Amino acid sequence: MRPAGKGPLDSLYFHYPHFPARHVPELDGSAVRYPVVIVGAGPIGMTASLVLARYGIRSVLLDRKDTFNDGSRALCVARPSMHILERIGAVKPFLDKALGWRFGRSYYRGEQIFRLEMPHPPGEKYLPMYNLQQQYIEQYLHDAVAACGLVDMRWQSELTGIECGNDGVSLNIASPAGDYRLDADYVLAADGARSPVRTQLGLRMKGENYEGKYVIADIRMDHDFPTERRAFFEPSGNPGGTVLIHKQPENIWRVDYQLREGESEEAALLEENIRARVGAILGDIGHTKPWELEWWSIYSANTLCLDDYRHGRVFFIGDAAHIVPIFGVRGLNNGLADADNLGWKLAAVLHGEADEKLLDSYSPERRGATLDVFANATKSTRFMTPPTRGWRLAREAALSLSLKHEFPRGLANPRQMQPYTYSESPLTPWPMRDAEFAGGPASGSFPPNARLADGHFLLDRAGDGLTAILFCDGSPGDEQAALLARLGQLDRRFVALPVALQGSAPTAGAIPDTDGEIARLFGAQPHTFYLLRPDLHIAGRWKALVADEILETARLCLGRATS
Amino acid sequence: MTAMPSEDFEAAYESLAMAIDSAGPEREALLLTRLALVLGHQLGDIAVFKSAIRTALEGVAE
Ligand SMILES: Cc1cc2nc3c(=O)[nH]c(=O)nc-3n(C[C@H](O)[C@H](O)[C@H](O)COP(=O)(O)OP(=O)(O)OC[C@H]3O[C@@H](n4cnc5c(N)ncnc54)[C@H](O)[C@@H]3O)c2cc1C
Repeated sequence: MRPAGKGPLDSLYFHYPHFPARHVPELDGSAVRYPVVIVGAGPIGMTASLVLARYGIRSVLLDRKDTFNDGSRALCVARPSMHILERIGAVKPFLDKALGWRFGRSYYRGEQIFRLEMPHPPGEKYLPMYNLQQQYIEQYLHDAVAACGLVDMRWQSELTGIECGNDGVSLNIASPAGDYRLDADYVLAADGARSPVRTQLGLRMKGENYEGKYVIADIRMDHDFPTERRAFFEPSGNPGGTVLIHKQPENIWRVDYQLREGESEEAALLEENIRARVGAILGDIGHTKPWELEWWSIYSANTLCLDDYRHGRVFFIGDAAHIVPIFGVRGLNNGLADADNLGWKLAAVLHGEADEKLLDSYSPERRGATLDVFANATKSTRFMTPPTRGWRLAREAALSLSLKHEFPRGLANPRQMQPYTYSESPLTPWPMRDAEFAGGPASGSFPPNARLADGHFLLDRAGDGLTAILFCDGSPGDEQAALLARLGQLDRRFVALPVALQGSAPTAGAIPDTDGEIARLFGAQPHTFYLLRPDLHIAGRWKALVADEILETARLCLGRATS
Repeated sequence: MTAMPSEDFEAAYESLAMAIDSAGPEREALLLTRLALVLGHQLGDIAVFKSAIRTALEGVAE
């Protein structure tokens, strides 16, 4: 919502483009069958189109709106998402505009009780978190979509019907330029929380709704405070409710505040009440200068998801598949990982390189990630909006003890988004090899990054297909070299990253590990071998070379028959 | 874990009663919850803590 007298797109800082409906070939009777149609050009649909484009796959991308999101909505982009944006060639404007951060503070009745410090190891390329309004996120993704040449973007094009067959899907599209039918091999439903695709297919999300309601207000003010997450429990400016404050680019600040139990939603959303509440909260943080109201909305936490993110040839990604509480900033980030996960698999299948079976791993992997998010988010949601007297009392006891004691302070930790570990996936067949390692990243997890002598980062060198990180004395030995050759035959995109252990003389192409840091990060010794998937998650790791297991893992990830 | 000698336990009982009174009816629930968290943390054993909760809850919960 926006202040009286303003239209839904009258922003203080963002200029909304208007995208016309195009006259598409289908309106002239063309009946092309497309490999992929993506319904919904929110952040997740656009990202999916770019992941596919990275592999040369064309897609049609539909959205019923004529511009970007009307309000800020998601604003925190986590480190793993930055890696996804980097790989689809879109990260630069994000880095230029977004505000990176890693610290936070929690207060109880005005006193600081917890200092959040998100880990930022020296080898990491990106900060743990970046704040950027969702309109910019969409604009930058859209710029990349427009530049890539493989995405047929159709604004003002609404899906009105869907019919699933055994070997294809057909869609009815309505647009101001005319109505038409589209045929596709695969459909990605990225049509958001109220997903019409989901409804039309008669599918329902299951899970919980939480009681607590939050108002989300974006304001503009000159306010001197670093980019940190601030959480206020029992502040005098919003008695009985929690407050969160985040900084965004363009002097925009996000103020989230919890409504008191039994408070009327309708009244809370009236402009005068928003102004009074935000004013009191700002008074609390010592801001006495003027401020302007940009946009507001109301929010309550849900943990809802589909039982299966796949329905034949239709795949659900982003909010269409799952709705997660915003505490811990997972809505957007979780969806970006869906798009990345599905994108490389679908591309391999459409290129005829992988068996369709590869697609079976999408739902268990990403639904597993959602359930993990639920487990964490349920904890933080219960802390942010205690549902009953018991939870409220326990929280008050813990928070009040936190003023003088260290031990309960961790309960106020917002448990920010962590990338999920695909350790139980069918594509991670040898997790038991983890037991051989004393340290380093587990099978299925997202690997640590390392700064290289040339100023670049280890993960910059990873390829579009499988990537091997192998540790050797100077250069790969005969056995290692033979395995690398076989992996290269299996995967035309395969990239090998030999790391020459500390003290050995690296041959051309090997990455010198001068101070031993890379080996330490990966818990490696000579012959240690990590196999990374196209989304950089670790498909498997072996302390010493076990060629059969490595080849089998590679075949599984490539969707090839295993012997 | 050893149980408290009965004299000490009686002293614990008395201190608790007096603490509840000094908190007053408005704040007694908060006091008791804080006490439980402090004791639970000092105990350092979740199984023992949970079993203590069960013992305390017996005959109290509907
Ligand atoms: C008020 C609010 C605050 C939020 N705050 C946060 C936050 O702080 N942090 C966070 O991580 N997440 C937050 N979220 C969630 C975040 O915005 C979503 O997770 C994210 O937008 C999901 O992206 P998406 O692409 O899956 O869906 P959406 O962004 O919803 O995009 C779906 C797109 O599909 C289009 N569409 C729908 N139906 C059709 C149809 N029939 N035909 C064609 N197109 C269609 C829509 O026009 C829309 O563009 C918030 C959400 C809300 C509502």
